[in-house]
Amino acid sequence: MAMLHIVNKSPFERVSFRSCLNHVKPGDSVLMIEDAVVGAYDNTSFSDKLKASMSDVSVYVLGGDLVARGLSEDRVINGIKSVDYAGFVDLTVENETTQSWL
Amino acid sequence: MATKKFMFVNRKSPYGTVYALESLEVVLISAAFEQDVSLAFLDDGVYQITKGQNTDGIGQKNFSSTYKALGDYEIKKLYVEKESLEERGLTPDDLMDLVWEDEDDDWAEKPSIILVNRAEMADAMAEQEVTLSF
Repeated sequence: MAMLHIVNKSPFERVSFRSCLNHVKPGDSVLMIEDAVVGAYDNTSFSDKLKASMSDVSVYVLGGDLVARGLSEDRVINGIKSVDYAGFVDLTVENETTQSWL
Repeated sequence: MATKKFMFVNRKSPYGTVYALESLEVVLISAAFEQDVSLAFLDDGVYQITKGQNTDGIGQKNFSSTYKALGDYEIKKLYVEKESLEERGLTPDDLMDLVWEDEDDDWAEKPSIILVNRAEMADAMAEQEVTLSF
């Protein structure tokens, strides 16, 4: 039962992103939206935590939210895939269930 | 009316919540009262003044250009915390070029952003008479 975990809070401000990563199962997917997209950048105080999860979890970021904050896809952690709203819908279809980490 | 030292403390990313926009609205209102206004950008607040913001993909108004107008309202002290940038993989080069024009110096453009470390930010906060948090 693969699950899509949706995170919308900054990992620098709330613990929800960390808590999500502490509860994902191999084969699950994590999608960053809204303020959570700031966690996609490499060389941050959070990037090692996220990278450690990426060996058995697929990680995605909503590109529109990234560029809205002046952030570049070139500087996100290697292996994070950028998706648009259509890609967001695809992820909800590809996974049996979703969980939002509010 | 006596002039007081006002600081607006910005600690949240823009667009995800309404805090950044609301702060900007109140900052502009305060400018009309000719107070000694400064802005602080720390924690996720540093994302409010990144360059190249483009909100076409999220259907929200891009208000980042408004920060460039602050100098015209005599708001020329924007404290930005170095540690907050570093923790987020950002550098001062990732921020907009925000300036004010010095009428005593032939209207020369001068930088509004004052890069400070955490201790200096604490000092700037400590000298305020009124602090508004967003």
